[in-house]
Parts: sequence; C-alpha cells; structure tokens
Amino acid sequence: MIRNQMRLEFLSCSENVGLARVAVAAFASGVDFNLSDLEEIKVAVSEAVSNAMIHGYEGATTGTVRLSASLSNEDIEIVVEDDGKGIPDVEQAMLPGTGSDPERLGLGFVFMKSFMDEVDVRTEVGKGTRVKLLKSLPGDGNADKFVKN
Amino acid sequence: MGYEIRKEGNILIVKVYGEFDLHAADYARRDIDSQIRAQGVKHLLFDLGSLTFIDSSGLGVILGRYRKVSESGGRAAISGTPPNIKKVMEISGLNRLMPFFVDRASAMLELG
Repeated sequence: MIRNQMRLEFLSCSENVGLARVAVAAFASGVDFNLSDLEEIKVAVSEAVSNAMIHGYEGATTGTVRLSASLSNEDIEIVVEDDGKGIPDVEQAMLPGTGSDPERLGLGFVFMKSFMDEVDVRTEVGKGTRVKLLKSLPGDGNADKFVKN
Repeated sequence: MGYEIRKEGNILIVKVYGEFDLHAADYARRDIDSQIRAQGVKHLLFDLGSLTFIDSSGLGVILGRYRKVSESGGRAAISGTPPNIKKVMEISGLNRLMPFFVDRASAMLELG
C-alpha cells in the first residue's frame, strides 16, 4: 500500500541532477532510513538521472526527465524516465567500464545495483528508458512510525 | 561544488568542496587540465577532505586526471576521504589505482 508519493519533471540540464537526488533524499527521510541508506539512495538517483542526460539525451539540455518516488510499508520505489535514444543492449550497459567515454568509469549501473535492492531497466531504442530502483525499508516497525508521522 | 587549485613544488593540489557530480564535472575537468598545463607540474593531489558527495561523474574526472599525469610520468594521489564516500570509492576501484592518504601532509610527503 502506497503511503506517500512524489513526482518531479525537469529538463535534462546537469544542474538538475543535484535537485533530483536531494528531493528524493528529503522524501525518503520521512522513514527510518539511516544516513548511510540516504547517501546510497542519493548516489543511485544521481547515476540514473545522469545516465538519462548523458546517454539518453546525449548531453542535450532540452530533454525531459521524469522522476517519481513512492513509499510503501515495505520499501521505496524510485523511477527515472527519459524519452531519449534508449539503450540497445541493457546487459552490456550494466557491465562495469563499458561506457564509450574514456573519462567515465562506466559504473553508473554498478552503483545502482550496489546501493539498491532491485534495479529494473525497460528501454526501447529511439523511444526512451525507464529505470526503477527499489530499496527495502530497514528493520521492522517503520510503517507504524511513518503512519504516526 | 567548488574547488581550489594551487601549486606546491611539483604538485598541483586540487581541494574539492561540496558535491562532485555531472554538473561540476565538466568545469572541473577543464580547469584542472588547464592548470596542469599552465603550472607545468608533474604530480596531482586531490584533497577530498571537504567533499560531501561524489558519484561516477566526479570519480571519472579524478580517473581521467590520474591517467593524464601517469602518461606524463607523474603520479596522482587522494587525501582525506570522508567516511560517507568511502564505499563509493571502494566500489569504483580507484583505491587500487591511486594511493589514498588520511591527510594532505602525508600525501605531499609521498608525492614530493
């Protein structure tokens, strides 16, 4: 059951990467994620949004990035969507160091998978990419606390 | 995000403040490369003691600069990694490429 939800839509300008991760971290701080969890969520969101800008829109600042987050009694689900060029080979893209730019580590998906419990990528070449990130709430009783607050 | 770049002997010291992400990466890359050329230094030290956030875009800038100075026979090091970014650093593998020091003085001693 969804307890809270947020949506944010912004242009693919790099200054919005910070806005995205801070918004989700503030939203997630409504439950008992500790500081380390929140830092990990921020990195995962930063990577997903950066990927949309760098790869989806290839650096163009006129694309639209849609970000949403939902809190349930069990987890937080974050979705980052773009209408960019899509990923031809998702399995390949998820491997470390497979980016085309020697200045980049190619670790975006590695960080997402390391810091979140689930990462799901749906993509269609020429139409865009949807990345779903899921992280379980820590411990028991968080749902009760959240409801009271 | 902000940074201070200054030369000390044969070392270019880049002190990074705040959040090092995609937005900061392009500016930082350009400025650091420009200063490496202008100052004619051999080694590079990233002082990350005041960093509050880094992702793969910021790490890519560090990796790229490491590669540049290495190609010229220099060395690069990192000092003062805050606890909240240690895990990101470990996963990135940068700690297997570049030496990490607890503080700037130790790094300077090693590089100098």
